Amino acid sequence: MADTEVDKKRRRFLIGATSAVGAVGVGAIAIPFIGSLTPSARALAAGAPVEVDISKIEAGALVRVIWRGKPVWVVHRTDEMIEGLPSLNDKLKDPDSAVEAQQPDYAKNESRARQDKYLVMVGICTHLGCSPTYRPEVAPADLGADWKGGFYCPCHGSRFDLAGRVYKGSPAGTNMVVPPYYYKTDSLVLVGEDGGVA
Amino acid sequence: MNGLLNWIDARFPLTDTWNKHIAEYYAPKNFNFFYFFGSLAMLVLVLQIVTGVFLTMHYKPDAAMAFTSVEHIMRDVPGGWFIRYMHSTGASMFFVVIYLHMFRGLIYGSFKGPRELVWLIGMLIYLALMAEAFMGYLLPWGQMSFWGAQVIINLFNTIPFIGDVVSTTIRGDFVISDPTLNRFFAFHVIAVPLILVGLVFVHIVALHAVGSNNPDGVEIKKLKDENGIPLDGIPFHPYYTVKDIVGVVVFLAVFFAIVFFMPEGGGYFLEHANFEPANPLKTPEHIAPVWYFTPFYTVLRAVPDPWYGTLAMFAAIAVLFVLPWIDRNPIKSVRYRNRAHLINLAWFTVTFIVLGILGVLAVTDVYRELGTRGTQIYFLFFAVTYVHSRPQQANYLMWFAILLAPVLLWDFMRLDPSFTDIQRGLFWQMMLIPVAYLATTLLLPHFISATNKEKEVPTRVTG
Repeated sequence: MADTEVDKKRRRFLIGATSAVGAVGVGAIAIPFIGSLTPSARALAAGAPVEVDISKIEAGALVRVIWRGKPVWVVHRTDEMIEGLPSLNDKLKDPDSAVEAQQPDYAKNESRARQDKYLVMVGICTHLGCSPTYRPEVAPADLGADWKGGFYCPCHGSRFDLAGRVYKGSPAGTNMVVPPYYYKTDSLVLVGEDGGVA
Repeated sequence: MNGLLNWIDARFPLTDTWNKHIAEYYAPKNFNFFYFFGSLAMLVLVLQIVTGVFLTMHYKPDAAMAFTSVEHIMRDVPGGWFIRYMHSTGASMFFVVIYLHMFRGLIYGSFKGPRELVWLIGMLIYLALMAEAFMGYLLPWGQMSFWGAQVIINLFNTIPFIGDVVSTTIRGDFVISDPTLNRFFAFHVIAVPLILVGLVFVHIVALHAVGSNNPDGVEIKKLKDENGIPLDGIPFHPYYTVKDIVGVVVFLAVFFAIVFFMPEGGGYFLEHANFEPANPLKTPEHIAPVWYFTPFYTVLRAVPDPWYGTLAMFAAIAVLFVLPWIDRNPIKSVRYRNRAHLINLAWFTVTFIVLGILGVLAVTDVYRELGTRGTQIYFLFFAVTYVHSRPQQANYLMWFAILLAPVLLWDFMRLDPSFTDIQRGLFWQMMLIPVAYLATTLLLPHFISATNKEKEVPTRVTG
């Protein structure tokens, strides 16, 4: 026993193997801890669709509902508001809603809505997640004479038109998000589901 | 008494530790005003931990109860307002002290060899402190808590491909809500303070291994008397313990003046919007982070693309880590560097303050342009510092051209046809700022040799 020589190669192998198994163990034990940080079953369940009765919204008014904890706006646009939209196209970053992820296909049109009259949109700025303010008035003092009505983000000054399309020169890069929604009846909108029609 | 001490010393190196780190730790005898802030930072850390523990006894980390529990502390808990105001004022004063502490390291070259690790550990402390302050600010669950956290967490959203998963994992929900508050509480109260205390310990161990720098940047360990004691060193205790007590007295006078007379710090220490409970459906008119984050916030806003803006912001902090390898000039203290280096430091100091002020203001055309120019100077500072490493050999004209190029390139990329006339006017006017910066730090030492002359570093400390 005393005269056995140290087998360095074997020793190195054993150190390497022990370290490797230890590292795998540390990695494995990290999984449940990181898993516990992800949304719980309760948070996941809170994402149920929301109904909005649009018949009670006055022309020009904005109604807020909460869907998945986010503000969703329903705006009853007047005829002037709808007619004014195409005139802004060359001032916008993405006038034709080319960025796919920002709206369902049925909202990829001039008014970014299933029906021109009602805009349904997630009320969160695509820059850093503030909620823009609704500024329907034309040419207010603080937003300049060119302002045709729209949404203004108080955090970093992003501007959006009345279809949630972002103006050039804004910190936000993309148009505001239109959530999935459909008309359950003529006066009832369900936010959060496509109604089977994509 | 002596018997007890001997009994302990046989089992634990009490006297040894006391001597090594306090009674026989020899510090340079020429410490000045700027050397108060290390010990003051420790004082504030202790103050934050003690007040924090007592606040935890009354605070409820629950989205439905957090705001009212803070009000409960303010109104119903005997002395609760006092403890809470010490904690909130302490947060701001912590950063005042730390920024002055870092500034000291910057001007006297304390980050240079052999103290690189002291600087790196210090930067980790600074990072941990920012995380600690950020998560603590969510706990009162006011409007600014909520929306400030919203903006910061959404920074992670800008990471390509995995951004969504990362920010959802940080929040524990699709929005900032109860799980977010709960985990921030856990981090703020347990995880980060443990890390902070550990890092502070390592910071001091590393410092005491290499010894303190001083305003002259002279290594006092080079000249020792026959007993092996540095000729320019004096024992930390009683000399600097007594000196630091003076600093503590003055600091506490200022500290409690704030606690008693202006605990909200004019809306900068405790923002007005935070006296309203968090409301996910209503963004406050004007969102600004607390003042100590604002220089980096301005950098974030200076870059229009969110992902690049986030990268720029983190780069602004990361570049500080590698400062010891950027500034390779063997002279440590600004006292013996050339005049151009002093001008460079002055620009950086002013820029950092301007970026900080811009970060609390709403964005206008003037401020946006100024913020962009300030960001350019912030990053140029490190490049110019590198050039000043060898002022005698530096080819200043070449570097002037090399460093002006990225500024012009960035300007060329951001000069958009959609700029209004006013924006375009500001763009050209303020282009003078980085040009003036590079001219005063690179052209000046080229053309006026007096501004490029370095002084001889004495072998002994002065004063």
